[in-house]
Amino acid sequence: MTIYLPIAELSVNIFVILGMGAAVGFLSGMFGVGGGFLITPLLIFYNVPPVVAVATGANQVVASSVSGAISHFRRGTLDIKLGLMLLAGGLAGATVGIWIFSFLRRLGQLDLVISLLYVIFLGFVGGLMLIESINAIRKTRKGVVPVKAPGQHPWIHRLPFKMRFKKSKIYLSVIPVIGIGFGIGVLTSVMGVGGGFIMVPAMIYLLRVPTNVVVGTSLFQIIFTTAYTTVVQAATNYSVDIVLAFILMVAGVVGAQYGVRVGQKLRGEQLRALLALLVLAVGIRLALQLVITPADVYSLAIGGVHG
Amino acid sequence: MKRALLATLTLLGLVAASPAPAFAQALSPPAQGSVVERLEIGMNTSQIAITPDFAGADLAIFGAVVNADELLNSIGQYDIVVTLEGPKDFATVRRKERVFGIWINRHSVTFKEAPMSYTLSSTRKIEGEPGVPPLDAPGIGIQHIDLTPTDFLRGGRLLEDFRDAYRRLKMESGLYQPDPGGVRFISSTLFQANLKLPANIPSGTHTVRAALFKSGKFIMEKTLPLRVVKTGLEQAITDAAHQQPLLYGMASVFLALLTGWGASVLFRRD
Repeated sequence: MTIYLPIAELSVNIFVILGMGAAVGFLSGMFGVGGGFLITPLLIFYNVPPVVAVATGANQVVASSVSGAISHFRRGTLDIKLGLMLLAGGLAGATVGIWIFSFLRRLGQLDLVISLLYVIFLGFVGGLMLIESINAIRKTRKGVVPVKAPGQHPWIHRLPFKMRFKKSKIYLSVIPVIGIGFGIGVLTSVMGVGGGFIMVPAMIYLLRVPTNVVVGTSLFQIIFTTAYTTVVQAATNYSVDIVLAFILMVAGVVGAQYGVRVGQKLRGEQLRALLALLVLAVGIRLALQLVITPADVYSLAIGGVHG
Repeated sequence: MKRALLATLTLLGLVAASPAPAFAQALSPPAQGSVVERLEIGMNTSQIAITPDFAGADLAIFGAVVNADELLNSIGQYDIVVTLEGPKDFATVRRKERVFGIWINRHSVTFKEAPMSYTLSSTRKIEGEPGVPPLDAPGIGIQHIDLTPTDFLRGGRLLEDFRDAYRRLKMESGLYQPDPGGVRFISSTLFQANLKLPANIPSGTHTVRAALFKSGKFIMEKTLPLRVVKTGLEQAITDAAHQQPLLYGMASVFLALLTGWGASVLFRRD
């Protein structure tokens, strides 16, 4: 069954789109990642113009993260206070990021440097997470209950402006919270991705928030960043395809519900191991894209005058 | 009957004017006083509507060669090329190159006002074949589409590579399609051209161009506009996205919030 997308200006098979939406929604509900890094390339692969894919993907992620966040809220695994603090940092970071982005653009090849840094960063984070979570899984198998989580950061606890985050069961300075939000906000605008898969490890390892709460809180924060992206894209590029977004959403919200369920059945370290694999996979995909000889060295973009 | 007589007289006149027996000379442009061939065309529609289940369309163009020379016609000296040119826009071709083991976009060329789609139907190959000369066609055929770079400094061989890549990518996407043999004569002078419009055809005003060739020489062309329009809801959505972008964006977000909330309510019950 085909359907015509008015903004993307092409006909697509509705079931292919439903499948993409469901898969991305599932990952979103399970790991607290937005899935923009998956849905955008999938749509581009399916001939949707890149600018439409980016904007419409963001719109879909709004829906699946709302769906997932509400489920987490009901289960008591969403720390709204922590989410708002991260968001405050995130919005400030995104604003600075937009400025950095236009500055890098003027310089030329620097987006290459960014993707290189990104590959290294994802590989590093994903690798460390995988090692840590596999060790944790082994320890629980042996019946050893870790008395204290490894790798504490005492300097974080000496910072001023401490605040109590009840849901997360942590008492922490707001400075690292806003700082992490800010850093990810910058990355969000520079790289054009939601940053969920950086946010989640950062909260787990730097802020020591319990893994389950991390997922809900990350989803909560993603709602706002992707909603913001959607509106900005619609206003500047006219590139949100509401028909495409709606089909993706319908499948995505259902996928997210199942993702939350599966995610909550897993133990923290299992969830972290799976997320580590996902982060590594994204890193490897980006790395391969840089290294492997492309099938076609030429690419075509329509419209506008680009340098 | 009258036309046939006229054509015969014309031929006689030509032969008289050039007594040399070489037939090729009779095929050269008509001498003074002779009747010049004309082309008339019409379409089955002047508008293609993109409906929600749009999956491409067929366009039929009918035409007639008026004042055709019967002798030339009978030996197939008339050729028709019908093209459908889409709206024009800038197009940027980028080329990746390996630098220190990493593939990056190194060079790019932006072409001005290249047609977004181009469908061609003809009685034979524009480029010609062994023994058949190419059609001397100004700007007709995918190889002859005007691709002018915005930046003239990047010339030479590199530019030709980029032009080839542009045509190839467009053909791979189905937006540029040649169909040598898509035009057939249904009587001695009446022809029909079938153009297949791809599912991803851009909306806007397209131009149907029919060109008449005699012995490979361009005689004349006729153009007709063809509007490709979105209908009903599709058009309303496009209008909203362009005229009220901020509201449209907020509506998209609202729809997302509603869908997400709806799903969580639905799943709470079971």
